[in-house]
Amino acid sequence: MTAIAPPPAADAPPARPALGDRLRRFAPLSPTLAAVAILVVLFVGAELTFGNFITPRNLSALLLDNAYLIMLAVGLTFVILTGGIDLSVGSVMAFTGILGAKMLADGIPVLVVLPAMILGGAAIGALIGALVQYFDVQPFIASLAGLFLARGFAFVVSLSSIRVEDPVVLWLQSTRLRIGDWYLTPTGIIALLVVAIAAAVLRWTRFGRTVYAIGGSEQSARLMGLAVGRTKVIVYLISGVCGGLAGLMLTAYSGAGYPLNGVGTELDAIAAVVIGGTLLAGGQGYVLGSLVGVLVYGGIKSVISFTGADQSWTRIIIGGLLLLFIIVQRLIVARADRR
Amino acid sequence: MLQPTATDAVVRMRDITIAFPGVLALDGVDFTLRRGEVHSLMGENGAGKSTLIKALTGVYRIDAGSIVVDGAGRDFHGTADAQAAGISTVFQEVNLCPNLSVGENVMLGNEVRRAWGIDWRATHREAARHLASLGLSLDTRSTLSSHSIALQQLVAIARSMVTSASVLVLDEPTSSLDRSEVEQLFGVMRDLRDRGVAILFVSHFLDQVYEISDRITVLRNGRLIGEHSARDLPRDELVSQMIGRAVAELEAVATTAERTIDRDATPVLRASGVGRRGSIEPSDIEVHRGEVVGLAGLLGSGRTELVRLLCGADRADVGTIAIDGREVRIPTPRHAIGERIAFSSEDRRGEGIIGDLSVADNIVLGIQARRGWMRVVGKEERDRIAREAIEALGVRPANPDTPIRNLSGGNQQKVLLARWLAVEPDLLILDEPTRGIDVGAKADIQRKVAELSAEGLSVIFISSELEEVLRLAQRVVVMRDRRKIGELDSKDVDIDGLIGYIANEGVRAAA
Amino acid sequence: MRAVLRSRLLWPVLALVALVVVNTVARPSFLGITVRDGELYGSLIDILRNSAPLMLVALGMTIVIATRGIDLSVGAIMAVSGSVSLTFIDSSSDPDGVGTVMIAIAMGVALALLLGVWNGFLVAVLGIQPIIATLVLMLAGRGVALLITDGFITTVTSAPYRFMAQGYLVGLPFALYVSLVAIAVIVLLERRTALGMLTEAVGINPSASRLAGVRSRGIVWGAYIASGVLSGVAGILYSSNIMAADANAAGLYIELYAILAVVLGGTSLMGGRFSIVGTVIGVLTIQTLLSTITFLGVPPAVSPVFMAAAVIIVVLIQSPRVHGWTSAAAARLRARRTPERTEVTA
Repeated sequence: MTAIAPPPAADAPPARPALGDRLRRFAPLSPTLAAVAILVVLFVGAELTFGNFITPRNLSALLLDNAYLIMLAVGLTFVILTGGIDLSVGSVMAFTGILGAKMLADGIPVLVVLPAMILGGAAIGALIGALVQYFDVQPFIASLAGLFLARGFAFVVSLSSIRVEDPVVLWLQSTRLRIGDWYLTPTGIIALLVVAIAAAVLRWTRFGRTVYAIGGSEQSARLMGLAVGRTKVIVYLISGVCGGLAGLMLTAYSGAGYPLNGVGTELDAIAAVVIGGTLLAGGQGYVLGSLVGVLVYGGIKSVISFTGADQSWTRIIIGGLLLLFIIVQRLIVARADRR
Repeated sequence: MLQPTATDAVVRMRDITIAFPGVLALDGVDFTLRRGEVHSLMGENGAGKSTLIKALTGVYRIDAGSIVVDGAGRDFHGTADAQAAGISTVFQEVNLCPNLSVGENVMLGNEVRRAWGIDWRATHREAARHLASLGLSLDTRSTLSSHSIALQQLVAIARSMVTSASVLVLDEPTSSLDRSEVEQLFGVMRDLRDRGVAILFVSHFLDQVYEISDRITVLRNGRLIGEHSARDLPRDELVSQMIGRAVAELEAVATTAERTIDRDATPVLRASGVGRRGSIEPSDIEVHRGEVVGLAGLLGSGRTELVRLLCGADRADVGTIAIDGREVRIPTPRHAIGERIAFSSEDRRGEGIIGDLSVADNIVLGIQARRGWMRVVGKEERDRIAREAIEALGVRPANPDTPIRNLSGGNQQKVLLARWLAVEPDLLILDEPTRGIDVGAKADIQRKVAELSAEGLSVIFISSELEEVLRLAQRVVVMRDRRKIGELDSKDVDIDGLIGYIANEGVRAAA
Repeated sequence: MRAVLRSRLLWPVLALVALVVVNTVARPSFLGITVRDGELYGSLIDILRNSAPLMLVALGMTIVIATRGIDLSVGAIMAVSGSVSLTFIDSSSDPDGVGTVMIAIAMGVALALLLGVWNGFLVAVLGIQPIIATLVLMLAGRGVALLITDGFITTVTSAPYRFMAQGYLVGLPFALYVSLVAIAVIVLLERRTALGMLTEAVGINPSASRLAGVRSRGIVWGAYIASGVLSGVAGILYSSNIMAADANAAGLYIELYAILAVVLGGTSLMGGRFSIVGTVIGVLTIQTLLSTITFLGVPPAVSPVFMAAAVIIVVLIQSPRVHGWTSAAAARLRARRTPERTEVTA
C-alpha cells in the first residue's frame, strides 16, 4: 500500500483500498461501537430478564426522561473533543430553568423567556471560554467558577421551586406524537434535532474539523493556520447554550423550575460522553456516541427501577462502567505511545 | 541536471543577527538557498542552526540583517507570514493531527467546500492526487497515527505542496527512520528538488548529509564558517569546521590522565550488546576502576542514549550489564544508584535541577532519596554537606539556601555534580557537564573530575569538546549514527586524529 | 526559603485580615467571645469549629496538589465514612458506649483509607490522569454511601459521637482540637521528615526526581491515602455535627472549596512547593467569608456566587496575561515618574 510508484496522471482514480485497510479506517469508531454493543447487551439482557423491557412505551419513555441529559451531553462533547471539560453544565441547567420559571411567573411573554434562557446559558459559557482562552485558566478551574456562579445565580433568582403554568412550555412536554405504540414529545424531537445538527457541524464544517484538530494537537492545529482561539471559546459557548436548552427541557418535564436541580448532573453527562466513546484527552469521539452513552445511562436507570433496587446503584454502576472505559482508553493510548 | 546559479536564489538571508540576554545566537550570518537544490545546514549544539531556521520560518524576529524571499524583502511577524511567503516546515515531531485521517491532514484548512459543507469525496481525491505526485499511494481515509513516523513525515511534506511551497525546511527528519524509510524520503526529496523546490535539510547524520545534499553551510558559535558544494568538501574538513579547535583558554589540568589503569582486573562496569529499539544499536562498553572513559561523536550519534541505558533512565531491550563481574538488572535510576552508578543528565533544566528548591536541598536530594523519607537528612548534616560541596567546587553564591534557579548555568552544574558525588558512587556518568557554562566553571569541573578519578572513581564522560575528552580520558569510545564504531587509547591520538576517526572510521568507500 | 514563603503568604494573610476588619466594622460583636459554663462562644469560635471538616480535606488536598494531582472524591469519601460509622452505631446494641463509637469511627476511617489506596493505585500505578481517576469515586462513592444508609438519612442519638463536633474540651470546641492535631501531624510528617521535600521535588520536576532515585510512586500513592484518611475523619465530624448520615449532602462541593483554599494559600495547582500554613489561612478565609455572607442576610445557598467571584479573582491574579497588563501599567507609571517632568501632578 505504500510503494513508491511513478506519479500517476493527475485525473487517474486512486487505487481501490484493500478490505483490510477499509476496515482499519473504522478504528477510531471502536470505542463508540463498544458503547453500542453495551447498549444492545443491556437491552437484550433486560428483555430476557424482565420480559417487557423492549416495548415501544418503555423505549419512548427512555428518550423522554433523558432528553435533558442528551442536550448536556451534546454540548459537553464539543468541549471534551477539544481536550477541555465543563463542570458547570448541571448548574447552568438549573439556573436557566429557574430563571425561565421566574420570568414566566412574572408574566413575561414566553417568546422573550425562551431566548433569555438560552442567552443565560450562553453568557456563562462565554465567560468560561474567555477565562480558558484569554487568561490561560485551566478548563477545570474556569468551569468550576462557572459552576459556582450559575448555582449561586439560580438561588438569587429564587430560593425555592416555582411552578410553570405557561401553556407553550408545558406543550413541549405533554404533547405526544403517536406512531402506533411509540410516542415522541417535542422535547424529544428537539433533542434528536440538536444531535443531528451537532453531528453535521462536526463532520461537514471547517469549525467542526478544527474542534477535532485542536483535540488531536492544539499546537499542530495552530501551526496549520486554524482559528484555534476562536474555536476554543465557541465550544464553551455551545456547551452553555445546550445547558440553557436542557434547562428548558427539564422545566417542561417537571413543570417547575428548581434551583437545586442538576446537582451532580455534570458528572452523569461526562460519564455518558466517555462511555459513548469520546476520549477525555480530546480529538476522538462522536455526538452519536454521546447519544448512545445517554441511552446506556438511562437504560441502566430503567433496569434498576425494574428490579426495584435502590436508585443509588445507578451511580455505582455508571462509575464502574466509566472506570472500565477509562482503563481501556488508557491501554489504547499506552499501546499507541509505544510504537 | 542543471547547475543552479546565484540568480536562482529563492531565499537570501544577509547579515542576520539575533541576540538573547547574555548570548549572541547569530552574529552577522549570511545564508542563501537556491531553487532546485538540497542544502544542508550543519553545526553543533549552540552553533546557531536552529536559531537561523527559526528566523527563516518566522518563529524569531531578527535584530539585524535582511531576509529576501522570492525577490521580495520580508519581515516575518509569525509563522503564518513565513508560510504565506511559501516557506513550509516539517519538524521532527511532525506537526500534524494524529487523530485525523491522512487525507484530512493533507487538506486541513483547504478542504473542498460546497454550499452545504465539506465535500469529503472531492477532498480525499485532491489529497490522493497530492500524495501521488510524491509517489505515494496511501489510503487517505486511514488515520494518520496508524502509519509510521516516516510516512507521517511524507504526509506533512505533501501538505506543504498543497500550500505551494517554494521552500521546504526539513528539521531532523531522519532521526526515527530506518534505512528503507530514509531511502523513501530521499526519493521524494530528489523528486521535489528536480521540480524546482528549494530544500533546507537539517540532520546530524553525516552519511545522509553527504548522500542527499548539493550544498552544505556550516555554522559555529553563531557565525558562518563556510558554504560549500557537498562534492567539494571532505568529511574531515566538515567535522573540523563544525567542532573547531577551541583555543586553550582553560587552565592546564594536571596531567593526571597519564595513569596506568589495571585493565586485567574485573571492570567496574561491563555492558555487552546493550541496545534499545529506535534509540541505539547493541553496543559494548567497559570501564575499569579509576578510569575515565570518554564518549566522542557528533550530536545525535547515540552517546546519551547509550549511557541512559547504563543508569536505568531508559530500559535496554537487549544486552547485559555486569557490575564488578556480577550481572545486574537496572530498570530504574533507583536501581542504578543502588549499584553505585550516578548519572548527570545533559538536560540540566529538564532533568537536573529542582528549580524551586534550595542549593542545599538539591545537593542532598540523592542521599535523601536513597535513605527514604523517614530518615531525614537533618539540617545540620545537610548544611555541612552543602557547605563542603560549595567550597570544594567553588559554587557562587556560596549561600546554601539560595534557590538553585537563581544560579548561573555553571554553578547549577556544580551543584548537580555535588549531588552525584554525595551519594558516593563507584561509577559516575557525566553527560555534557561543561556545555553552555562559563570558562571558569568548566575548568573547575574538569579539575574535580580528574582529581576524583585519580582517587579511584570511575567515570564515563560525554563531551562535544574533543579537547576535554582527550584531556581527561584514558580511553575514548567513538560513536556515529547510533552505534559504536570504535575505541581509541587517548595517548595514541590527537585532536586531528580523533576528528578523522569520527568522520571516517568504518565508512565504506562510497563518498 | 522562608523569605519566599513569607511573600507568598502575604496576600492570603492580608485577605483574611481585611475580611476580619470588614466584619468587625459591620458588627462589633464579631470579635466578641462570651464564656458560658466554662465554654467559649462567639463568631470567631464558630468559625474555628465549623471550619474543621474543610480544614482536614484541604490539608489532604494540599499534599495531593503538590504532587501535580487532584482529588475530586473527597466529598464522596466523607459521605461514605459518615454513613458507615452511623449505620454501625445505629445497629449496635449500645449506641452510647464509648467503645461502640470508637469502633464506628475506626470503621469509617478504615474504609476511607481503603478508598484513598484505590485512588492512589489508579494514579500512581496505572498512570491514569488524577482528574479522571478520582472522578470515578466521586460518582460511585455517593452511590455506595446511599446504599449503606439504604437511601435514608440515618439519624442516631449517641452522646460520645456527638461530642466530636459539638462537644467542648477545656473550654474550646473539640472539633478545633481535631483540626489542630491534623495540622500538627501533617506539619510534622511533611517538615520533620523528608516527605515534604521529596513531595515537592516530585511535583516540581518529576523527571529529575526520578533520576535522583526518589520513589515517586510511593510518594504519590501516599498523598492520595492521606487525602482519603483526612476526608474520612472530616466525614465523621460532619455527620457528628448533624447527628445524621446524609449521603447526598455530606461534603457536597467540598472538593471545590478545598481546592480554592489551597490556591488561596499560595500553593500552585501545577504542583511543587506547598504551604500548610497557607492552606490553613485559606480555609479560615473561606469560612470567614461564608460567615460574612450569612451575617449579611444572604441565604447560604447563594454563597456560591461569592465563591465564584473569589475563584475568578484568584485565577486572574495568577494569570500571565494579567501579569503582562500590570507590568505594562507599572512601567507606564514609572515612566511618568521620571525626573524630567516639569509639572506637578495633583
